[in-house]
Amino acid sequence: MNLRLHIWRQAGPDATGMLKTYDVANVSEHMSFLEMLDVLNEDLISKGEIPVAFDHDCREGICGTCGMVINGRPHGPVAKTTVCQLHMRTFKDGDEIYIEPWRARAFPVMRDLVVDRGSLDRIIQKGGFVSVNTGNAQDGNTIPISKLDADRAMDAAACIGCGACVAACPNASAMLFTAAKVGHLASLPQGQAERSTRALHMVLQMDAEGFGACTNHLECEAACPKGISVEFIAQMNRDYLASAIGGRD
Amino acid sequence: MELNSNIPGGPLQQKWDQHRADLKLVNPANKRKYSVIVVGTGLAGASAAATLAELGYNVSAFTYHDSARRAHSIAAQGGINAAKNYQNDGDSVWRLFYDTVKGGDFRAREANVYRLAQVSTSIIDQCVAQGVPFAREYGGYLSNRSFGGAQVSRTFYARGQTGQQLLIGAYQAMMRQVGLGKVKLYNKQEMMDLIVVDGRARGIVSRDMVTGKIESYMADAVILATGGYGNVFYLSTNAKACNVTATYRAHKRGALFANPCYTQIHPTCIPQSGDYQSKLTLMSESLRNDGRIWVPKAKGDTRSPDQIPESERDYYLERKYPSFGNLSPRDIASRAAKEACDDGRGVGPGGLGVYLDFADAIKRLGQEVIADRYGNLFEMYERITGEDPYKVPMRIYPAVHYTMGGLWVDYDLMSNVPGLFVLGEANFSDHGANRLGASALMQGLADGYFVIPYTLGGYFAKGGFSTVSNDAPEARAAVTEAQNKVSTLLSINGKRSPTSFHRELGSLMWDKCGMARNEKGLTEALKRIPELRDEFWKNLTIPGTGTELNQSLELGLRVADFLEFAELMCTDALHRNESCGGHFREEYQTEDGEAKRNDDEFCYAAAWEYTGVGSKPTLHKEPLVFENVHLATRSYK
Ligand SMILES: Cc1cc2nc3c(=O)[nH]c(=O)nc-3n(C[C@H](O)[C@H](O)[C@H](O)COP(=O)(O)OP(=O)(O)OC[C@H]3O[C@@H](n4cnc5c(N)ncnc54)[C@H](O)[C@@H]3O)c2cc1C
Ligand code: SF4
Ligand code: FES
Repeated sequence: MNLRLHIWRQAGPDATGMLKTYDVANVSEHMSFLEMLDVLNEDLISKGEIPVAFDHDCREGICGTCGMVINGRPHGPVAKTTVCQLHMRTFKDGDEIYIEPWRARAFPVMRDLVVDRGSLDRIIQKGGFVSVNTGNAQDGNTIPISKLDADRAMDAAACIGCGACVAACPNASAMLFTAAKVGHLASLPQGQAERSTRALHMVLQMDAEGFGACTNHLECEAACPKGISVEFIAQMNRDYLASAIGGRD
Repeated sequence: MELNSNIPGGPLQQKWDQHRADLKLVNPANKRKYSVIVVGTGLAGASAAATLAELGYNVSAFTYHDSARRAHSIAAQGGINAAKNYQNDGDSVWRLFYDTVKGGDFRAREANVYRLAQVSTSIIDQCVAQGVPFAREYGGYLSNRSFGGAQVSRTFYARGQTGQQLLIGAYQAMMRQVGLGKVKLYNKQEMMDLIVVDGRARGIVSRDMVTGKIESYMADAVILATGGYGNVFYLSTNAKACNVTATYRAHKRGALFANPCYTQIHPTCIPQSGDYQSKLTLMSESLRNDGRIWVPKAKGDTRSPDQIPESERDYYLERKYPSFGNLSPRDIASRAAKEACDDGRGVGPGGLGVYLDFADAIKRLGQEVIADRYGNLFEMYERITGEDPYKVPMRIYPAVHYTMGGLWVDYDLMSNVPGLFVLGEANFSDHGANRLGASALMQGLADGYFVIPYTLGGYFAKGGFSTVSNDAPEARAAVTEAQNKVSTLLSINGKRSPTSFHRELGSLMWDKCGMARNEKGLTEALKRIPELRDEFWKNLTIPGTGTELNQSLELGLRVADFLEFAELMCTDALHRNESCGGHFREEYQTEDGEAKRNDDEFCYAAAWEYTGVGSKPTLHKEPLVFENVHLATRSYK
């Protein structure tokens, strides 16, 4: 199939960007979206032009490195699918495709489709862990954990830190990402000791990074490639309130 | 040069305990006076960085990713082994040790493997305490599955995302230390060289991938946890950015590279679909617990699988290896698939595939149970191929997956360059010529959480450190060299992209140094690689500059090192006149096509010393002494 792409080009963090148009021919339906961009880039290099910068690594939907907005949708049109796992059979001959980076104040564009998501790491740094040093642990079977709780923890822990939830949110809020981590640890006995302070510190950091507030648009859940449920946001709000009202720090 | 593996004396079972008792300690108040650089934040690097910081050392951690959580370890699906014997099925430290030595085709160091099996149980405990959501039974206890090469159930898992969950555990532990100011994290930084001062590793040269700035970073010791080199084949199951630069640069600075020819080809990957293919996707080995592998009995049978009756199917693994069947080790399962396809009985486009069929399991257990066990893998398969594996058998084919070779290290995981430690897939130590499934995650975390915290302390406690600054002549020279390399690459202005060279190198390596090797092919490769390298330095093109985010330049730098390293791999493969594990030399096989080891001549680790680009490296041999296991011919029949 033949496609027309409109891609956001921006030379650096401080440069102004704009959409540029490229035609790509003979795209196979078995290609992944990123392989289609690879072909475009090889072509640009052969013409002495600068290829399109985009982030990617595992190309298996697990590392969370890839991410771009395709025709207005983070990671593109297929639900629960990262862009590296999106295949061209979803598109048809003659399609025009708009490709842009994640847009959010807390995710500055570094170049073209590459953004800096360091803000997500700094949220984790504020409490997204269990404070246990190596060597402290007791036998792994000492505390039975019901399959239900383990499964729920895993549902939340499946977050890949891609930032699509932020890109989808009209307020560019990172609530779903933050709630996924809070929910993961709150579902397990190991996470209880620091439960309420964790929520408080992580939410405060989220605000400090310039992410917006959550006003329940639910766009995040729809865009999330791992299907993280907004229920975790409600749960985090309870933990946060318990900590904020209880005056615990 | 004398290779000393520094294996402690005494009985196998007591070596590690005794060694820990003998190692000198650094006084708690003095720990903050020592600094260490950790390159890599995968399982091995992140666990080491976190643990060393907890102890009080000053840690700087480097990764080329935008976040430490993205290391390639994240992609591991199937699970992690540990000798817990929770299933009461006869597992023990000894059995895990034995399975690993045997699985590695008797080419690993006994003492290291035994220690690995010993600390495996603590890994699970530590991860549970961190909140890793391992799969549980309804009673609330940890669940296990079986993996290839073992007859017990000792693999712990978190759905199909075990690597992700273990890595996130280690990443979180490390981020906690970042918050506490004990780890300084450098994202988007690519190590380009090792700095050796007075014979000791004292720093690295690193390039900021956003600004292009190249600088030196100094410390009292350097740890490389930079993963494997499978991407020398271009197509592999590794993440796209995985590369050999860090370890190869250390090699050029004097560190010996051991057994580079030992590469693992994984039997269950999704077959290639076209020449635009950028990587291959693994389907976890755990699928072989319930899936049955088969091809049609007749050559060139193009009927759809449901039209081929039972009696006309060849379940070749069950036929050839009745006691391990579909759970035979990887090297054996891969070669058997190749054999079937070479015999004209492969399925799918180009005949490069075999079936992995779940029909029986679905009949026996129901679709729900299968979905619970492998749901996300089935979804991934369908997304990529457009076929539904609940209805049609999967098509799979072997692909490059893991590299057992790596920098040579002693029992303390220190290379022959004092102060340079190597952890995880980057070292050569524990898997011999073939790695068993679910053992890489175990090794990475064993090295990082439970070995390096002790052995690094032992190194520091010996003292004798001079103060070294970024102004040291060695540091400045290395920075200049790296800068020159970048400007040379940018000034070639030829016609071919880095990827086009990488693809060509990869396909050459797959043909000549892949699943099966022979003298003729390897000799041809050794002739062709220098030609390709020559062309690279004459005809490469990289658009853009060195002072901006430039992904073509990143690739160019990596491919330049692959083009030298490939030669080392072929040299090693050509010298090893035997077949063992992942190294199958066609000249050395039994009558029924099994690998034929030669213990009289090759029972050693081959550690190569760098002597210059294109010049033959010097071989050093570390004899492997087996005091506790009997060197047997591997049989899975
Ligand atoms: C698809 C797949 C599935 C797997 N499944 C399993 C499984 O189920 N069980 C199992 O036991 N094993 C599995 N493995 C193997 C296992 O995942 C790896 O061997 C292991 O995770 C490697 O960990 P590591 O810490 O050594 O390196 P990696 O996780 O590869 O980390 C390397 C780190 O080094 C950094 N780095 C590298 N070079 C540089 C440089 N020059 N400068 C700066 N940073 C650098 C990278 O940024 C990264 O942080 C699987 C492998 C693959 C490919
Ligand atoms: S919650 Fe979903 S969309 Fe947001 S970072 Fe995690 S995986 Fe990505
Ligand atoms: S490249 Fe890893 S999730 Fe897409």
